[in-house]
Amino acid sequence: MEKLLDIQHLKVDFTMKDGDLTAIKDVSLHINIGETVCIVGESGSGKSVTSKAIMRLIDYENGKISAGSIVLDGMDLAQLSQKKLRSICGKKVAMIFQEPMAAFDPVFTIGSQIIETILENKQFTKLQAKERALYLLNRVGISDPALRLNQYPNELSGGMLQRAMIAMALACGPDLLIADEPTTALDVTIQAQILKLLQEIKEEFGMSILLITHDMGVAAQMADRIIVMYAGRIVEYATVSQMFELPHHPYTRGLLQSITTIDSDRSKKLYSINGSIPGLADLPPGCQFHPRCPFATERCSMELPPLREVNDRYTACWYAEDLVESFDWKQPSGETKNDRHSIKEIVLSDSKRGSEPLFTIQQLSKFYPIGKKSPFSRNSSYLRAVENVTFTIEKGETFGLVGESGSGKSTLGRVLLQLEKPTSGKVFFQGQDLSKLDAKELREKRRNMQMIYQDPYGSVNPRWKVGDIIGEPLQVHDSLSAKDKHDRVQDLLEVVGLNKSSFNLYPHEFSGGQRQRIAIARAIALNPQFILADEAVSALDVSVQAQIVNLLQDLQRERDLTYLFIAHGLNIVRHVSDRIGVMYLGQMVEMAPSETLFLHPAHHYTKGLIDSIPIADPARTRERISLKGEIPSPANPPAGCRFHTRCPAATARCREEQPIFREIHTGHWVACHDPL
Amino acid sequence: MKEVVNTKTVLHVPKWKFTKQKTNFSVENLFILGAGMVVIFIILCALFPKWIAPYSPTFMDTSLILSPPNSAHWFGTDYFGRDVLSLVIYGSSDSLIIGIASVLIGGLIGGIIGSVSGYFGGIIDVVVMRLIEILMTIPGILLALAIAAALGPGLMNIVLAVAVSSIPGYARVMRGQLMSIKKRKYVEASRSIGTPEWRIFLWHLLPNSWSPLLVMATIGLGTSILIGSGLSFLGLGIIKEIPDWGALLSQGRGYLTVGWWISTFPGLAITLFVLSVNIIGDKLRDTFDPKTSRTR
Repeated sequence: MEKLLDIQHLKVDFTMKDGDLTAIKDVSLHINIGETVCIVGESGSGKSVTSKAIMRLIDYENGKISAGSIVLDGMDLAQLSQKKLRSICGKKVAMIFQEPMAAFDPVFTIGSQIIETILENKQFTKLQAKERALYLLNRVGISDPALRLNQYPNELSGGMLQRAMIAMALACGPDLLIADEPTTALDVTIQAQILKLLQEIKEEFGMSILLITHDMGVAAQMADRIIVMYAGRIVEYATVSQMFELPHHPYTRGLLQSITTIDSDRSKKLYSINGSIPGLADLPPGCQFHPRCPFATERCSMELPPLREVNDRYTACWYAEDLVESFDWKQPSGETKNDRHSIKEIVLSDSKRGSEPLFTIQQLSKFYPIGKKSPFSRNSSYLRAVENVTFTIEKGETFGLVGESGSGKSTLGRVLLQLEKPTSGKVFFQGQDLSKLDAKELREKRRNMQMIYQDPYGSVNPRWKVGDIIGEPLQVHDSLSAKDKHDRVQDLLEVVGLNKSSFNLYPHEFSGGQRQRIAIARAIALNPQFILADEAVSALDVSVQAQIVNLLQDLQRERDLTYLFIAHGLNIVRHVSDRIGVMYLGQMVEMAPSETLFLHPAHHYTKGLIDSIPIADPARTRERISLKGEIPSPANPPAGCRFHTRCPAATARCREEQPIFREIHTGHWVACHDPL
Repeated sequence: MKEVVNTKTVLHVPKWKFTKQKTNFSVENLFILGAGMVVIFIILCALFPKWIAPYSPTFMDTSLILSPPNSAHWFGTDYFGRDVLSLVIYGSSDSLIIGIASVLIGGLIGGIIGSVSGYFGGIIDVVVMRLIEILMTIPGILLALAIAAALGPGLMNIVLAVAVSSIPGYARVMRGQLMSIKKRKYVEASRSIGTPEWRIFLWHLLPNSWSPLLVMATIGLGTSILIGSGLSFLGLGIIKEIPDWGALLSQGRGYLTVGWWISTFPGLAITLFVLSVNIIGDKLRDTFDPKTSRTR
């Protein structure tokens, strides 16, 4: 096959205040015509830098290509001047980014931005360019393209914008499309739609795609070949089937094992890679993965393994041949003993569960007035964030809450903790109506209900030392002496697996996973009964995600905690939750025990959500019945069943009559006229 | 998240490495060092003018009226034969008092108004901000002028006049800060723990809000001295036998053609002090922010 792009020994340095920092080193890869290549890796692995280096976008970020070549169609992009490069960008290479909102200029209309791109690169008249823009918007599945042409970026949803960005990238018919995490910021349903679109246009326009992702499931579904990067180097390079069948590098193996799937065993602990990815400034000597590698030897810590050919693929491990043959390579390593232990514990907790409700939520609603600019103007309408939700959370269980963004799951959580006052309805905690408590009683109650946030960077005060952050609840609720407090915090640090010396450090000196541990330590400081984990692992890397989930589950067992686990990563929710509630447009549409929900979903929405999850197994292709369209605005929800606009089985009755939330089997509730 | 990782990688570099960060040291730190020395020297002048000034400010050498700068009188002499250097040194104390006191008063009042407005929001915010806006429509120097004219000359009145004219700026900055900080997740996190509101205000909101105010205050210090000097220049300042920098400027105005040094040197003193304070203010902001203090 003919090579479209050929990168040889690429090295990229960034100029920093104190000298150069090497972001990627010795990266060699090629993409054939009509091929999709995925670069997979965690944050800091250099996958984005590689993709930006191809278009020389790093030039604008103090970066430079200090060695190697990037040959595209016989031209070395690494040597070209920016001026010459500009004539190639768009025509030969185009790029789409993770944040579609940030990639469009907010002061120009979508249309003018696409038309400008077309005019810049090809000999078109303005009229022809407009026609082409219309055609492209239509092709990427944007409804009413003529209307959208005149809209501004803020008037379009994230999914729409990502489609518009794809249209812009296609404007000049590029040979290579670079997609840098194109679906990471999107809901799983929209992700499925966009991935499908990418595959279609790849065929249609005869392009090659370089896809950057951290999601093994996306890679499995899209890629012909996969490149795994770690700490700025390629560690493994193989075709998709080879990679998933038998990974050769311990890191790849770890990544694949950290994935939770729909059918993985819930009672087992998640496999996790120890530690976290090192910073570029202090890379370990020898093999960069050796501090986290369960198979590392002395040689690994001394000598850097080269990327070499093993069994028709490339891998950078000294012992690849031996390891692949070894017995426990295919087994989830290490924790077999612990696993059995945990199963027993879970069975125990199963019998304990169901005794008494901790939270009882009755007909809870939360509306926000919209169009209210100042206290003097009248409110006209409401945003129905949560409407008429009734359920209970039982003592000792983990209740999962899923739904697309905009479904009101976070608002529901916040109302439960009384961080927002409900518009109507009641929340009982330990049998007490929370809305009846005055401010002081409520503060006292907060001792027993704590929260962990999604963003570990934003949820801790950047000016406080870690010791003070974790000690804050103790300071507020218990009058401890300074020494007692210090001791308690040290204990907590140990419990969540942080070094005791972390006490005097500031949060920004920690990685994302470590900060989430700090947040967890703060949440358990007062020995609460209930913890709300709002997307607590969504922002973390795959390997770290597993560590945090395991920590949360260990804590639950040790401390008899009850969790409300809100997340959009369905696999993770399935793994941790005993029961799951599915929300759509502010309403609970289905509620069932975890296994039942995933094996026999009753609501069409739940089925659509589950079908949208990318499967991390290329051998198992599945007929996708991904959901069409996007979630409507909660300010103006559809009449009847709110889901009828997207439902494949909607009838006239669904359009008129709102279905009741009823129990179809024991413990399995659904709001659908016509359940599956 | 990628950006965050990038900054993280820089963290492990020790804070001060003069050998490695030569460029950093020679330009930035030299400026700060110089600015620090200037400020310290001027403060010393204000505190102990007697020890530093070569002559008494009231001593008139009638034989040396309007002599240009020379070895005996570095800054020359004025129309009474007084030594300009000694006058500048003695005049520093009043100028500094006006600057510092008015910034403290203005910053404090403005900060309180701004934080109340930003924290409570709603109707309180609307009312307070409209009042502040009315105050803002009058140019600062004009407002100070009006107040000084109404209250009459005197050190305290000048301080008050300058302070009032600087309130709107501080209030707006503080309000903006509070409005943004109070929506941060760690504030909500603290609330979810059960921290009382006043504690959240004191522990989380204030410490994270006041650093722009600090920078503004250092710049404001310069502006305040300038406005104070301006008022003195217009004859609304302190009437004493030892004039402050502004009054010196004003007195020299009539002699600009025959003795440029009389108003030039007080003017230079004002400029130098304001510039130095601003440089230090910038550095202070960076140091107070735990993030930048490490990465630098």
